[in-house]
Amino acid sequence: MKTAKLIEYLRVDRMPTVWCPGCGNGIIMKATVDAIDRLGLSKSEVAIVSGIGCSSRVTGYLDFNTLHTLHGRAIAFATGVKLARPDMTVIVMGGDGDMLAIGGNHFIHACRRNLNLTVIVFNNSIYGMTGGQYSPTTPTYAMASTAPYGSIEKPFDVVDLATSSGATYVARSTVYHYELTVKFIKAAIEHKGMAVVDVITNCHTYFGRYNKIPDPSEMLEQFKEKSIPLSKAEELSENELKDRIIIGEFRKVESPDFQELYKQLQEKARGEDGYKA
Amino acid sequence: MSERILLQGNEACALGAIRAGCRFYAGYPITPSSEIAEVMARELPKIGGVFIQMEDELASAAAIIGASLAGVKAMTATSGPGFSLMQEAIGYACMAETPVVFVDVQRGGPSTGLPTRPGQGDIMQARWGTHGDHPIITLYPSTVEEVYELIIEAFNLAEEFRNPVIFLMDEVLGHIRESVTLPPDEDIEIISRKSDEEFEEAEEIFLPFEERENVEVIPLAKMGKTRFHVTGLVHDESGFPVGTSNIAGKLLRRLENKIRLHADRIIKYEEFMVKDAEILVIAYGSVARSALRAVKMARLDDIPVGLFRPITIWPFPFKRLKELSKHISGVVVAEMNLGQVAREVSRVFKSRQHFELVSRVDGELISPSEILDAITKMYAGMTEF
Repeated sequence: MKTAKLIEYLRVDRMPTVWCPGCGNGIIMKATVDAIDRLGLSKSEVAIVSGIGCSSRVTGYLDFNTLHTLHGRAIAFATGVKLARPDMTVIVMGGDGDMLAIGGNHFIHACRRNLNLTVIVFNNSIYGMTGGQYSPTTPTYAMASTAPYGSIEKPFDVVDLATSSGATYVARSTVYHYELTVKFIKAAIEHKGMAVVDVITNCHTYFGRYNKIPDPSEMLEQFKEKSIPLSKAEELSENELKDRIIIGEFRKVESPDFQELYKQLQEKARGEDGYKA
Repeated sequence: MSERILLQGNEACALGAIRAGCRFYAGYPITPSSEIAEVMARELPKIGGVFIQMEDELASAAAIIGASLAGVKAMTATSGPGFSLMQEAIGYACMAETPVVFVDVQRGGPSTGLPTRPGQGDIMQARWGTHGDHPIITLYPSTVEEVYELIIEAFNLAEEFRNPVIFLMDEVLGHIRESVTLPPDEDIEIISRKSDEEFEEAEEIFLPFEERENVEVIPLAKMGKTRFHVTGLVHDESGFPVGTSNIAGKLLRRLENKIRLHADRIIKYEEFMVKDAEILVIAYGSVARSALRAVKMARLDDIPVGLFRPITIWPFPFKRLKELSKHISGVVVAEMNLGQVAREVSRVFKSRQHFELVSRVDGELISPSEILDAITKMYAGMTEF
């Protein structure tokens, strides 16, 4: 019944999706519209912006104002949308490569500015669309098409990156934890300021096959087994937390967002002439 | 009488943009364009507009496209290296048919080149900088007063054709200060965003690229009232990606025709004493000022020479040059590059005609005497027999 209701937020005529059977992207897409539905937002007052990649194709299946933009630039496009139309709810959706490699600069600066955006990272630790190359969240020694001997690079921790860059709402979930994902996305949309939700998802087709877990359900089982709530994780040592996925709300602070501060600046500018070189 | 004020080219660009209705500016500092950002940062918040200094030019270009799709007139300004970084987004704006203005205050290139000196080496970058065939409009003024008027035109053309407009300047034009008479309101035409009223309250999704009878440029809808999808992928009239070859071909041709079929309406140029001219000097931007002086000096020596100054660089004014070529025996092109416009001009003028390129790429403005020398030598060669 619930699912049937959520279909109205989807562009069913644009389906089937480009995603492989068993891909976790659909779960995040559903969780997003579920959160929007629970918030009671109208379709026309929401803008969803994505970049390039498997997960970025999500904008083609969602019935809102949807901008499918350039690789890495989704947050920058969304910055323009949000500042031009502060009344709109602006959500950015995309993969770990799009957000943290080619778009890494925009990611950290949007966090620093505390822009009132919701950023949902489909974190599958691989470039899916181009054929399984290693990404900025590929674990060290994991295999990928461009890491045939295992990746020697250290991965980004999306939560650490967002938190240290200044995002005021930061949470992590996995596609195994559907209700939790909905809860976090809903909280992120409601949050005033930069909100980042890191959702661990499965690319069994590439990450899975290269790393001997080609079965999507097995990958989801692993997410379940590896996950540990933040409250419990705090009691464990770094060694005990190795290979674990810490899920929960990592940061939730009230702080004036860019829009609020810019409004104050506009007021000030009306009264003063400003610095003139 | 309108008041005369002293303005710098970059200031005129920013103030003209605001007059045109620009209410969103995103940019990244770069010499010699930074004053545009500084004026925008000071003036936009006073009138309810938004200025944001982005983390790089990639972000700046993306942000203005986002703002424009959300319904606000938007602009960025940069110089050569930054303009290179913006190219991918320019292609996106062409594909998503987004009205935006990109200002490029040219400096010496390539690469970091000569940051504080003028150049005109971005003529071809303005035309072909982004990948793939795409429609583009490029304007290039040559005085501060014209900067002010023409940037308004740039916004108008962007709205009218739902296309990015490249506004070229150069370091000399950006930094020169001149007394300017700002045009009164009644002399200024401002084209507002064509919004589709029909879709203001619609439940249906808006089709942002739907071809309609007797409508040349498809209006954009307002977000919040309806909703739409845009992509940089080849798409059909709904805006959704389609991979079929017939739709791809149709889309690319429609985009090209949007500008090509209206070239006459877009193209602007200025002519000085071309009627009886045997030699035609072709120059644009700040170099056109030296060229005008050279032509006046040559006329004092009874040399039948005229000046043709393209104001619209792209689409290039081939048609008018073809007409002029009928009575012109020699052409002098003066430009601060190695002949980017000269190459276009050579497509019109035949080899039997005298052709001379006065070119400088050392960061120095071409002087009137250099152009006069070329005119005098050419005329001597033509009258030898």
